[in-house]
Amino acid sequence: MRNYLPPEYIVHIDQDRCRRCGECVRTCAFGTLRFEHGAWRQAMSVFQHGRDDLERVFDRIRDNVPDRVAADNKKCVQCHYCVAHCPEGAISIQPNPLAYRGNHHWEPHHLKNIWLQAETGGMVLTGSGNDKAYFSYFDHMVLDACQVTNPSIDPLREPMELRTYLGSLPDALEFESGPEGPVLKTRLAPSVRLDTPLVFPAMSYGAISLNAQKALAKAAVSCGILMNTGEGGMHEDLYPYAHRMVVQVASGRFGVNPGYLRRGAVVEIKIGQGAKPGIGGHLPGEKVDEGVSQTRMIPVGSDALSPAPHHDIYSIEDLSQLIFALKEATEYTKPVSVKIAAVHNVAAIASGIARAGADIITIDGFRGGTGATPLAIRDHVGIPIEMALAAVDDRLRREGIRNRVSLVASGGIRHSGDVAKAIALGADAVAIGTAALIAMGCRLCQKCYTGNCNWGIATQKPELTARLDPDRAAENLANLIRGWSLELKEILGALGLNSVESLRGSRLRLRGVGLSDADLQVLGIRNAGVGA
Amino acid sequence: MREGMVRIPSGCAISGIISTKGIRFNGEAINRSIACMHERSNGLGGGFVAYGIYPEYRDLYALHLMYETPQARGETEEYLHKHFTVHQAELIPTGNATGIGEAPALWRYFVRPERKETENGPVRDNDDYVTASVMTINSRIHGAFVFSSGRNMGVFKGVGYPEDIARFFRLEEYEGYMWVAHGRFPTNTPGWWGGAHPLGVLDWSVVHNGEVSSYGINKRYLEMFAYRLELQTDTEVIAYLFDLLHRRHGVPLDLVCRTLTAPFWKDIDRGDEREREVYTALRRVYGSAMLNGPFSVIVAFNGTMIGLNDRIKLRPMVCGRKDHFTLMGSEESALREVAGDLDEVWHIRAGERFIARLEEGVTV
Amino acid sequence: MLRIDAAGVHYRHLNEQIRETVRAGETVLVLDNVNGQRYIGTGLESDQVRITIHGVPGNDLAAFMSGPAITVWGNAQDGVSNTMNSGTVVVHGGAGDVLGYGMRGGKLFIRGDVGYRVGIHMKEYKDLVPVLMVGGRAGAFFGEYMAGGRLILLGLDRPAGSPLTGDYLGTGMHGGVIYLRGRPEEHTLGREVKMFDLDEVDWAFLNPLLDEFCRYYDRDPGRLRAAEFRKLVPVSHRPYGLLYTP
Ligand code: SF4
Ligand code: SF4
Repeated sequence: MRNYLPPEYIVHIDQDRCRRCGECVRTCAFGTLRFEHGAWRQAMSVFQHGRDDLERVFDRIRDNVPDRVAADNKKCVQCHYCVAHCPEGAISIQPNPLAYRGNHHWEPHHLKNIWLQAETGGMVLTGSGNDKAYFSYFDHMVLDACQVTNPSIDPLREPMELRTYLGSLPDALEFESGPEGPVLKTRLAPSVRLDTPLVFPAMSYGAISLNAQKALAKAAVSCGILMNTGEGGMHEDLYPYAHRMVVQVASGRFGVNPGYLRRGAVVEIKIGQGAKPGIGGHLPGEKVDEGVSQTRMIPVGSDALSPAPHHDIYSIEDLSQLIFALKEATEYTKPVSVKIAAVHNVAAIASGIARAGADIITIDGFRGGTGATPLAIRDHVGIPIEMALAAVDDRLRREGIRNRVSLVASGGIRHSGDVAKAIALGADAVAIGTAALIAMGCRLCQKCYTGNCNWGIATQKPELTARLDPDRAAENLANLIRGWSLELKEILGALGLNSVESLRGSRLRLRGVGLSDADLQVLGIRNAGVGA
Repeated sequence: MREGMVRIPSGCAISGIISTKGIRFNGEAINRSIACMHERSNGLGGGFVAYGIYPEYRDLYALHLMYETPQARGETEEYLHKHFTVHQAELIPTGNATGIGEAPALWRYFVRPERKETENGPVRDNDDYVTASVMTINSRIHGAFVFSSGRNMGVFKGVGYPEDIARFFRLEEYEGYMWVAHGRFPTNTPGWWGGAHPLGVLDWSVVHNGEVSSYGINKRYLEMFAYRLELQTDTEVIAYLFDLLHRRHGVPLDLVCRTLTAPFWKDIDRGDEREREVYTALRRVYGSAMLNGPFSVIVAFNGTMIGLNDRIKLRPMVCGRKDHFTLMGSEESALREVAGDLDEVWHIRAGERFIARLEEGVTV
Repeated sequence: MLRIDAAGVHYRHLNEQIRETVRAGETVLVLDNVNGQRYIGTGLESDQVRITIHGVPGNDLAAFMSGPAITVWGNAQDGVSNTMNSGTVVVHGGAGDVLGYGMRGGKLFIRGDVGYRVGIHMKEYKDLVPVLMVGGRAGAFFGEYMAGGRLILLGLDRPAGSPLTGDYLGTGMHGGVIYLRGRPEEHTLGREVKMFDLDEVDWAFLNPLLDEFCRYYDRDPGRLRAAEFRKLVPVSHRPYGLLYTP
């Protein structure tokens, strides 16, 4: 069947511009491109006599003078690596215009997946986040701005504060009087400070390359934010950045030992992930090279399986047990975060997690990315982060326990506008994974699970990982964080606020456009046109 | 104050006078002060609060009520008799005044709480009991509204220019040691008497100038602690924040001010360790209580008057002293109108507060 | 030596006291009247420390532990040696579910029976090879997801006819070895494992451990060895290679 599958993309090489440098042929890790020697072969057919001699001559010429670049279109994943690196700008990739009988129900991708599975009998795998045309609530919410009755603020010249802390807080503070003034009596739980309300979420070494992790770590340090080891342990090269890293403890417990727990700024228990709620992980053996093996502390070439649940957590009180095990192991010096996927009952779950002793809850919406997951799960399980966040923030407030946890929202945050909206819905900080990968070059080709990432991100192949310069990529990431932070400040200024905590949970500053009453109700916002 | 930042065609006038020796004086001075800033109001709201005016009922809660229907009064009085001992019930004396619309029926009751428990369970003290009862009346009894509920003090307010309101309530006949006034320029609130300022909760009262940009989160924060924000005004938010932080959480008054107008991180970072700890904790724990945006505020409660200014000085606030009087107001002229020869006059800086208290040993 | 009476002491205080004592240089601790206090030895890092527990320690005993030796005079509960790094735990009694979860080094000895999902996702790396040895019987999912290390199940003192383990023995196993003293029924085996006889290498590994076990629990190594031993190893390091469509 697969042989009959039409290619999804057509690689077009402008033969006039192509100077046969071979860059694309050498670099496409998906093996799409090769040199064709059709013209020579054709020429050969003319000669009947003395053909052997000629062949020898031509063979030598052929080896040195390629004829033209040709593509096996079926292999192309539209990652644009060749396009971006062709010195002549001779390559373009187009979607295959091949017509299917128009059908609103049976779309081409449905057919293709059926053909694929008819051949292999396996589950269809994919990478990155849900790309289906679900309704985007972010795109149907708009922010407020000040006009007349209260002034907007100019962030370039007036103070504008984005500093954010993640950690559990008491409801009230107690003070004692001291000789120089009141002294804080309440002992606050451990926390971590962010210079801007953004963090990089969990992306493990194994799922992404060490160079990609290094870039994230460097950027986290230079921006005063956090990166997250993911569930693959912490490579030695990252130790210098550990004070800005969240160390994750997932069901596979890879690379988890007391040193690992102590090194990080925050310990995170991974329960779920938006791209694959309720699904375990599976890092195929071929991605477990020497470095990954060292960091995960498993033998080279063995599969790294993460069970679907933590086998010491079958219930909420078990989660509490693990939270406190980690607090004991780190002597109560670090906040413990729990990451969950946004699912139907997320509000009650989050409330349980807060009561179980977590200091931070990370909620990952159904647009969240992944290195590998069954397509059936990625595209059909979980709920949008906007809804989940609104429901959780609301529930925690109604139960009077909002202060007990910080909320980090993630899953498809594309720009600073999304960030501001998420904060207004109630997030303390926002995690940006896919956006961070894109800043490093990712083209969302969704082939992360193949290990062939041409951009050196989702791969462990040395020739590919070498393409990602961690310093360059760190700079790109830091620039992105800076750019979004500047925009956030502009947004706050327009809202007449000079500190991000005044936007946090301030739903009155959001309005819905084109949402149903039920949507508005869950989001806790009013319709555009309705005043304060 | 930076040029260009306060030029917005909205706002209010606020003004306050306290005799720190506790000497009582009638409502004429405050009226002159607020009337001087006539241009800052638009006739859609004016009001006053006076402290020390009911010395003969010092220990009783003085409830001021407005009724839109006789029915509302019936229901309310039934409620009051069930939950309080009512020592005195009377119409609030009013006179004729030009420039104000139709007034609701205005009554006052001097009451003592009779129970230790509301429908929602036991309460800590009389204050909590009264607060809960006021919220019940205001939210449940249609057409009834308690607009003053403290002891030895009272709020007088309505729709009109403040000077007309003063005449209407015959404030020259009351004597208090502390007065605060408000003239309103609402852009979008219907002219309802209850919506005028000051706003009072127990003996706390608040007047303010400016529109708090952080209202949305301040409100949601208070709702977490079971406050019902019926009026949807900033003033209400400020009053409840003081109530929550100071009365319920026991945060020292000065730190409450520093919470609402939190210092900037860069300044916190420069402080010594104690200060860093105190202010970092305040900003983290009470971040949702911080008031952001433009405001100048006068908060008063028995014996104390506080002037507060927003974090970057978007609204004006002047203080002055003359003998044992401390005066505060939106404009210096409002102070000079009362005391032309002030001993001292100064502007409250951004994020700062000035607290005027009765002198040690003075009782009122 | 420091003796702590743990009666009625909350785990947080007990463990704080243990950590402080260890920090102060004490290496021998005896805890009396322990009953349900969680996290004893959790995250403790020291090769010298020896802790003796009288009573029933709570869940997550020796979780994330690195180095210490813990002896329990009593039964243990769930989650012993959770993600343990190194050190030794000897339980003079039985223990509950999910023992040695993600354990990556050190040894855990249980004299009696154990519950479900014991040795789940144990793993090894180079010279870090965790050993979990059970004197009695085990519940279902013994060695589930096992990725490395050695699980040893002796099935001693079990009533006639009672099975050595429950179902799904070694399900999802993709590394390490399970040694069984006795022969489990075929239908209880997980799909990912195969059963073999022991060879020289196995015995060379097993013998000293059996001796150690007998030392702790005062048994005769000769009699222990005089029974049939079998081992389970995974069929593949990549059990799920064919599950996906590339
Ligand atoms: S777009 Fe990517 S996969 Fe396609 S030919 Fe170019 S490099 Fe290869
Ligand atoms: S990380 Fe690489 S493989 Fe994955 S979507 Fe991005 S470009 Fe494609």
